[in-house]
Amino acid sequence: MLAILAFLLLPSVVVVLAAFNDSALLSFPPHAWSLRWFAKAVEYRDFQEGLRNGLIVASWASAIALAVGAAFAFAIDHYKFRLKAPIEAVLLSPLFVPHFTVGLGFLILAAQIGLARTYTIVVVCHVILVLPFVLRSVYVSLRNLDRRLELAAASLGAPPLRVLATITLPLLLPGLVSGWLFAAILSFNEFTASLFVTAQRTQTLPVVMYNYVREYADPSMAALSVIYITATAVLLTLANAFFGLNKILNVEQH
Amino acid sequence: MPVCGGAGRVVKGQPFLRSFVTPAALCAFAFLAAMAAVLQYSVRTFVPGSLEPGGFALENFADLLKPLYARVFIDTVWICFLTAVFTLLIGYPLAYALVRLRNQFAKSFILITVITPLFLGEVVRTYSWIIVLGNNGFINSVLLKLGLIAQPIQFMFTTVGVVVALVHVTMPVMVVILAAALSHIDRNYLRAAESLGAGPIRAFATVTLPLSMPGIVAGVTTAFAWTFSAFATPQLIGGGRVNMISNLVYQLGFASFNFPFAASLCVAGLTLIVIILWLTRLAMRPLERIGPH
Repeated sequence: MLAILAFLLLPSVVVVLAAFNDSALLSFPPHAWSLRWFAKAVEYRDFQEGLRNGLIVASWASAIALAVGAAFAFAIDHYKFRLKAPIEAVLLSPLFVPHFTVGLGFLILAAQIGLARTYTIVVVCHVILVLPFVLRSVYVSLRNLDRRLELAAASLGAPPLRVLATITLPLLLPGLVSGWLFAAILSFNEFTASLFVTAQRTQTLPVVMYNYVREYADPSMAALSVIYITATAVLLTLANAFFGLNKILNVEQH
Repeated sequence: MPVCGGAGRVVKGQPFLRSFVTPAALCAFAFLAAMAAVLQYSVRTFVPGSLEPGGFALENFADLLKPLYARVFIDTVWICFLTAVFTLLIGYPLAYALVRLRNQFAKSFILITVITPLFLGEVVRTYSWIIVLGNNGFINSVLLKLGLIAQPIQFMFTTVGVVVALVHVTMPVMVVILAAALSHIDRNYLRAAESLGAGPIRAFATVTLPLSMPGIVAGVTTAFAWTFSAFATPQLIGGGRVNMISNLVYQLGFASFNFPFAASLCVAGLTLIVIILWLTRLAMRPLERIGPH
């Protein structure tokens, strides 16, 4: 078990060592320590623009995916309507369609409808890719929702909008927040499809990092990775403390 | 009672139906349009020097059978297979510990360790593995210093290096799926086996393992599909010497601008995934009967 955990943690530990290593060449163990790669990473213009683009795309994509996904999950859980199963199947299928195929599809589509090199196509592509995760998070919350509370409110005369706003939405809040968080993190990190649909102007951070790794070998990338790993671990620890990852991921012992 | 109505018609008792379903239907439509674009390009010819495809023809699919491309297909399936198997072997004990451990701290630690990589993205993880596996990387430096090897072991640009990194990339999904399956097993079956005199190993082999079979199949299939989708790992660690379909698609699209052929590769790859998923579902059917539900 310890060997397995070591295997999982090894890359992160080594990246930390490389990031604080003063030498430009990778060497273990490091001869001197420094923070200069962090300074370089933070000051590098392409990283800054990638971060900005990534945040723009992730904010839009996660907000849209949350709204669309939560509404649809609610409709699937509560209502009967035609094309329910086919729409659900199509929306969940990006889980199994390779991202390079999704990326190529949206690249060709964008060229055909005149959206090439825009933020719009990047956001649309990301919405499609993160929707399955939002749907899943909201489903889990819906399953734990006591329908009798909604019925009680309705029988006491509350109109549908009021039931939704005062009963359903507050009870679904944990699922909505975790779904949004998942969507934002996944969109921010999405790489393969983004490589296809982004242009120079709309490059998100993972695409910028990929280009950097291909061209340069200095440890600023390691420094950036450390910032990344720390931010993600902090976010996840908070999510675990507030919502319980066990529940979101459905791995709790019954 | 609410009446079952069409997606476009609001039925009494189903408030906001139209506004809740329409955005999702639009998203589904956008995705189908993108997939249709790939399908349409895959049966067009390539006009060198032009971004516009030529007439309709099936020659792209005939070209796929050329040894050069068939080879990439076989390599891709082989890499996906190896990755799925090793991810299962390493992921199962982790999932088991995650579900069975009593210690909340140890549980959270394992969960965060396993899940964090899922949110780091392929580029950061692949970069980390380059530093670990490179000729001047961590493993080789340590082994050289200890005098265990005389010259660096070549991990970069090899299938072994690519698979090691891919196993790491795929691990979180596998663990989550296995843990979900393991957590749904009724503990009473285990208690029954133990009370009938089965030791822990026998109880595991005859009760837990068979009952977790649906999870194993789902995990292996998902790992296979995810690996199939990997791009940065084979591109950066394989360095052009280990190629997967994803790398070929990118190269064809962005180096030769042969989008029709890239699209036909995508279609062939997707077909392969669908066949594998379908076969798995067939294999799952008899397993579901002995499953815990």
